[in-house]
Amino acid sequence: MKKIYLLEDAIISPLGFSTEENIAAVKNERSGLKFHKNNRFPSEGFYAGIIENELLTEAFLKIGEPKKFTKLEQMMLLAVSQVLDKNPDINFSKTALIISTTKGNIDLLTKSSFPENRVYLSELGNVIKDFFGFQLEPIVISNACISGGLALAVAKRFIAAGKFDQAIVVGGDLVSEFVLSGFHSFQAMSTEPCRPFSKNRKGISLGEAAAAILLSSKKPKDPNSISLIGEASANDANHISGPSRTGEGLYKSIQNALREARISANEIDYLSAHGTATAYNDEMEAVAFNRSGLENVPMNSFKAYYGHTLGASALLESILTKHSLLNNELYTSLNFDEIGVSKPLNVIGGFENKKLRFAVKTASGFGGCNLALVLKKE
Amino acid sequence: MSKGNYKITDFVHIKDHRIFHGKEQVFKTEKSLGLDQFLKASYKNLEIAYPKFHKMDGLCKLGIIASEVLFKDHFISPDTALVFSNSASSLETDKKHQQAMGGMVSPAVFVYTLPNIVLGEISIKHKLLGENVFFVENRFNPELLRDYAEVLLEAKKTPAVVCGWIDLKNAEYDVFLCLISKEGEIPLSKENLKQLYLFENE
Repeated sequence: MKKIYLLEDAIISPLGFSTEENIAAVKNERSGLKFHKNNRFPSEGFYAGIIENELLTEAFLKIGEPKKFTKLEQMMLLAVSQVLDKNPDINFSKTALIISTTKGNIDLLTKSSFPENRVYLSELGNVIKDFFGFQLEPIVISNACISGGLALAVAKRFIAAGKFDQAIVVGGDLVSEFVLSGFHSFQAMSTEPCRPFSKNRKGISLGEAAAAILLSSKKPKDPNSISLIGEASANDANHISGPSRTGEGLYKSIQNALREARISANEIDYLSAHGTATAYNDEMEAVAFNRSGLENVPMNSFKAYYGHTLGASALLESILTKHSLLNNELYTSLNFDEIGVSKPLNVIGGFENKKLRFAVKTASGFGGCNLALVLKKE
Repeated sequence: MSKGNYKITDFVHIKDHRIFHGKEQVFKTEKSLGLDQFLKASYKNLEIAYPKFHKMDGLCKLGIIASEVLFKDHFISPDTALVFSNSASSLETDKKHQQAMGGMVSPAVFVYTLPNIVLGEISIKHKLLGENVFFVENRFNPELLRDYAEVLLEAKKTPAVVCGWIDLKNAEYDVFLCLISKEGEIPLSKENLKQLYLFENE
């Protein structure tokens, strides 16, 4: 089987418009979550990680005309352009474009000066394709909150099978009234910045971000590189919005991903969890991690830095996991106080330097979907 | 990248208030019926007896009906992968949620504003714990479906794949699902998928 490498990447978020700025912010325990006023909420607002429009427009002006593109498109185009800048010789006839999003330009359902078809996810794909001149048809994946990680798995599978040589995977989602009102109706929104796996967690915080990465079967020149050596998804077959009590689908994803990677749970040095900070999700993850023998592995959730960025989250967090491995750094699971799940977990309480080789990244979402990725430092 | 000796074991179509199992029409109603009435009549006719059905949105109801017909004559392994695609994502329910946003929003509607929920509903009904993916494409893309089904089967990630197209937009729908495995007569190919998809669309 061909080895698939995770190469250049980019993160556009409230914590910065490059991977470097984002890593620096996470290292310094800076959060992008802020209070935003909104009458829908009894608390007169909500905490979320939202990108400031002026800053985005200013950054986007360097590559295009902001008026021609929606906010989400600008974020995703910026992310892809950074990856392409580092790969000027890329062959567009052999490079796939894989896009992950849950709701895309859903905010265009209301007032908008953009054509009506722009709300279609395939149109989002075409906008990105045409902007850069990709020649292959974009592949759009919309699979709830595992979309970003599933897009990496799909890219790896196709590259390994020889469908194309390499792929740029880009994920993005917005904090829209659409999703805010929905999560609010579920009573899932936290009245303070979210606290994954904590006893005092009160629900999720939402966030917006775009992230992009180049995947290739070509060995990079840099000997310090990260490969994706195992991946799997599985359905809980339990409930469309409630996490499984046994963590079945997540457990199965982790088992299948480890089996493909040909390593055992005790070789894993770091675990990047989904950790949305809802009562049931975090409990489900704790059960699945314990069943998998991962309870002693240092782990964190990045949700208290970014909020839940939906279709971008598993991609964004995989990129952070990649840099965690490269830098031999374990990042704090921000806002964690006291363990709030029924099973033991080794939540990272503070920044730590540690020699790292293997990591597992997981995600779970509505529809009962689950995903696990295994990353290796070569 | 085609290599495996895989077959299109069986297939189902739902369009214009007609249901085809393979090439045989198994149910139809008057075209003048509304979508909800057609879905209800199909549910009764197929004797599905699954009360959860009535809570689902249109896309999920279409998925449940299609999988009921497709799985009828086969043993479906719990590891079977679901590889679905469409063009409108969950837009029909998205609009319903959008309209409610001025007043009371319902979590029972919001949960259906993701296209992959239909994969979850089918997984729950048939106890499938396999691989899932939902692709959004501007039109039926037999090459993507064939390639991805083959990749999953070749990598031994699944013993069988249910793949196809399930689109719903402005009460217009188009469903074509097939079961891919080692069993059957029709070789899995881009051409065969396209031909079978078009058969009812002519």
